[in-house]
Formats: sequence, structure tokens, C-alpha cells
Amino acid sequence: MNIDYDIALTHIITRKKQTLIASLGVTIGLAIYLFMNSLSAGFTKYSRDEIFKNNAHLKVFKDDEYCKPLNKDTSTLNIIVNPQITTTTKNIINPNNLLTQIKQQNFITNAIAQVDLTVFYNMGKTQIKGSSSGVNILEYNAMFNNEKYLVGGSLSTLQSNLNGIIIGKGIAEKLSLKLNSNVTVSSSYGVVKVLRVVGIFESGNGFNDNSKSYINIATAQQFLKEGPAYITTIYANTLNADIADTYAQQLQPITNYKVEDWKTTNADLLAGDKTRNAMMGAISLSILFIAAFGIYNILSSTIVQKINDIAILKAIGFSGKDVIRIFVSEALIMGLIGTLFGLVFASVLITLMANIYMGGPVGYFPIYFKADLFIQSFILGMLLTLFAGYFPARKAANVDPVSILRK
Amino acid sequence: MQSNTKQLVLSTNKLSKYFYDPVKFKVLEEVSFNAYKGEFLTLVGKSGSGKSTLLYCLSTMDTDYNGELTILEQKVTGKNQTQLAHIRNEHIGFVFQFHYLLPEFTCLKNVMIPALKLGKYSKQEIEERAYHKLEILGLKDQALKPASKLSGGQQQRIAIARALINDPAIIMGDEPTGNLDSKNSENVFDIFKQLTQEFNQTIIAVTHDLDFAKASDRTIELADGRIV
Repeated sequence: MNIDYDIALTHIITRKKQTLIASLGVTIGLAIYLFMNSLSAGFTKYSRDEIFKNNAHLKVFKDDEYCKPLNKDTSTLNIIVNPQITTTTKNIINPNNLLTQIKQQNFITNAIAQVDLTVFYNMGKTQIKGSSSGVNILEYNAMFNNEKYLVGGSLSTLQSNLNGIIIGKGIAEKLSLKLNSNVTVSSSYGVVKVLRVVGIFESGNGFNDNSKSYINIATAQQFLKEGPAYITTIYANTLNADIADTYAQQLQPITNYKVEDWKTTNADLLAGDKTRNAMMGAISLSILFIAAFGIYNILSSTIVQKINDIAILKAIGFSGKDVIRIFVSEALIMGLIGTLFGLVFASVLITLMANIYMGGPVGYFPIYFKADLFIQSFILGMLLTLFAGYFPARKAANVDPVSILRK
Repeated sequence: MQSNTKQLVLSTNKLSKYFYDPVKFKVLEEVSFNAYKGEFLTLVGKSGSGKSTLLYCLSTMDTDYNGELTILEQKVTGKNQTQLAHIRNEHIGFVFQFHYLLPEFTCLKNVMIPALKLGKYSKQEIEERAYHKLEILGLKDQALKPASKLSGGQQQRIAIARALINDPAIIMGDEPTGNLDSKNSENVFDIFKQLTQEFNQTIIAVTHDLDFAKASDRTIELADGRIV
């Protein structure tokens, strides 16, 4: 072992108490840093999951078009226009072909077609306005995993029953519907059908629970008086939700319809996430920073106490670099001990927190072990200790041995 | 063992040095002298005569001087701090008025540290050599004690062993007997004498102990920064 590390290690071992105090600072700082970031990551994951209950990574639909003046040259002529939406139908033409093309893209993992429509649920005199999605429920479940929100009935019953409907719990309560009850559903096109409730879901989202229902695609098409080729929206999942916007750009050229990624659709929610992450990141980083100051302080006072030792080491042939190496390794040893214990401490906190039951749709507290956060915390902890050690060490390296030894 | 021809070990050419605080003041004025192999040289002079300042310039630790310093036919003036550290490590041993042993380490480890830094021998060999040096100084049985547990005279001898571990050409002493009683002083003097005679090492020591100076091979007296 290099003599520099030997000296550093001896200093650490003979000053156990100071080492412990400095390490403890890092332990607490790092644990809080990791814990808060895990919390933040947990919240983000929770809110993502909430978003992906109803949103796929990509959505293909017909966007509204405006009429534009034919003559684009406005230099010689003043044109008065009255822009109007020129879209008459909201459907996708030749949807099966487009669906096949989308599925062929190597970054698409899953794609489904859907018919969205506005419906009224009627029971006696009570009427509730809501929206219904005509879907292949099993494919839909593969994408949105909505089976876990079912509180009664089953998805497969809907698949096999064209007159079946799965409704939100709010609708069921308001219309006093139970499983296997019949409900009269009408569309804005004047089509009225009596459907059998084959499932009831509770998603935790009040708006959805009070208005949303699922029916078969064919049933939805009948409500709209359209044929089997009528599709309003195609949803697609990709390999990586984080870069869905890039995938959207890649997908756009193959279709004339609008391709929108989930981030654009949910920009407001994501902005909230970002703000929270930034705030928690800043707070936790400051705490870690303060912990690093603990090492800085202890090392600085060690250097003042050991100024004679530093002087004699320089006299007998240790260079400034050697002195820096001695004290930086001391800081790193303290940092390493602190960081490792910090990781353990944070794991305990995360485990405790993850076992707290919040009830309702949240279930257990949304906090998770994330390997990359552990690695990030470790690197950050060591990096900060390195800086905290470097500055006092550099001061030690600049000690003038003559001024000490001549006394 | 003494060679017949005088071999130059260290020489200065017109070494001058100023102190700037509180006022500009010339401490050393064109000091030129040579030190030869196997020579026991003492620097004497009144307080403020510049003898210690001269020694620290010779030690390569103080680089703020005019003139030229040559050690072992190598021009030292103008080298950078890392190169100077290496020269000190390999060629110069230091004994100060205070022992400056590292309190956390055993005597043996204290003696070994400069050799471990130099890295010329394996750890095993360095340990053997350190034991050998301690034996010369009569401290072999104290080797594994912490440095802080020894008496003042013993600590000073450990410091001498540390200065000797790399077999330096020059051993520099700043009042090496200043903190010792007469018996221990005599002891240190005898060790120095033995080093010059048996091992042909050069000693340059600053002292105000006139008996010590008289018994050395040559005495250089300084007054107001000049050799008298």
C-alpha cells in the first residue's frame, strides 16, 4: 500500500470519534437525499400510472382543420377570411390499414382501435350524460390494465356479449344499477339500446367513475349509425414512454392524421411533476451539501491540529500532491463510510414508508427502490466528499514547512 | 574509510536572502561555501546572524533566495517543489530541535516512512533496515512502542534514525541538541561523529552549543548574514 494511504488510514483509525461524526453527517444527509428522491420518483410513477389509466403513449386521431384562403399572397390584396372548422367527420379512413402500418413500426409494442362517443344513461326519469368507448376490451386491457379497477363482473363477459356494458361505479350508484341489471343507453344520433351491466369499475378518478363506460366496438358503431370501418382513435404504446414525443415525430409521416404523444396531452400534470421534482431535488441536495460541510470542517480542524506533522512530512520528502492525497483519501474514507450507511438508512426509511397503507385507489404509499437513484446518490455523495476534502487538503499542501519548523 | 581527495557534496555561490516583513532587511549577504563528503560542519553565530535562515535555504525548503545552491553536483536552484521534495527525500536527512515524530505511529513506522516514500526497497527490506538503524542508535527494543511513549532523548534518537533511513549524503540539524541534557547531547554528538567517520556522511548543523561546535570538524561563523 502506498504510504500516503497508510498515513490517511492511520489518521482515520486513531481519530475514530471525529471520523464517526463526519460520517454520521454524510449518512443522514445522504439518507434524506435518497429518501426524498425516492419519494419524488414514487409520486412521479404514481401520477404516470394515473395518466396511463386513460392515455396510451401515442394517440392518432383526426384533428380539426380550418379553412385557409387559397391566395397566400397578401402583399397586394387584403383578404378578409372567416376561418371555420371544415372537419365534418371525426373518423379515420381505412383504419385497419393504418393500424397494421402502425403495428409494423419497430418501436410500437401495442396498438388498438377505439370508437369514442357521447352517450346518455337512462333509468326511469334519471338521465346521466357520459362518454363511452367502443373497444375490444381484452386488447384494451392489455394496454391500459383496467381489469384491476373492476369491482364486479368480468371483462370477458363484455367480449362475448354485444349488448353488454361496463360502467363506472358512480353511474351504477346514481342509477341504482347492479351487476346484470339493464340500462337504457342512447346516443346523440337517436339510437337507443338496452344494455346489460356486465361489469362495474372504480378507477379512483371521480370524473371517469361518474361518466365513463365501455362497450364493444360494433355496438359503438351502431350507436353512431356507422359501418364496421368506423374508427375515431388509434392508441399505441411504445418501447419507452419517456421519448414518446420522438416516436410521435417518427410516426407522423406515415399518416395524415394527427399523432399526439401523452406528454403533450398531459402537459399540465407533467408541469406539476417537474415543479415537485425540482423542489424536492433542491431541498435534498442542500441537505447533502450541508453534510459535506461537516467533512470540510472536521478535515480543516484536523489539518490545523496536524500542522507540525504536515511540515515534517514535507521536510522528509512528501510533495504537495502527497499531502493532498493523504487528506483527500481521509475525506473519501469518511465519505464512503457515511455514504454506505446512508444507503442502508435510506433503505430502511423506504421500506417503512412503502409499508404504510394509504387506502383507496392509492393502496400502499407510492415509494420504490430505484437502483439508478441509489447509484446516483452514491456517486453524488462521493463527489461532494471529494470536493469537501480537496479544499482543506490543498490548504495543507500549501503549508510552508519552514515557518512551522523554525519555531 | 575516509577518502583522500575531498569530494564536494554541497556548495553555495553568493547566496543572498531578504526578509520583507516588517521592513526590507538583508539576512544573508553573498554567502559562499563548500561542504565535503564526510565532513562534520557546524554553523554558529549570534541570534539573528542568519545561521538558521542559511540552513533552511540549504535544506531546499526555502527557495526564496538569490544566488545558487548545488547539491551532489546538481544545481538545485530553480527546481520545482515536487523535484525538491524528491531531492530531500533521497539525499537529505533532517534532525530538528523538536523531534517531530508522528504520534499515531510506532517508532519503527516513523523511521520507515521516508523509505516507504522513496520506494527504493520492498517493505520487508525497509523494515529490516529500520531495525538496523534503531540498533545503531540503541533503540531496537523500543521499536514497536508508539513514538509518544518515549523519553525526550529517545525520541530525538528515533528522529535521527528517521533521518538516516535513506542513507542520505547530507544530514542537516537545526539545534539538534537544543532540547537535550548534556548526557543526551553528548550521545547525539557521538552518533553524528560516527556517521561522518564510519559512513562518510556529511553533517551540517546549526548550534549555539559552543562545545558541540568546537568538537566538530569545521565551524562556520555567521555575523549579520556574512561568513566571518
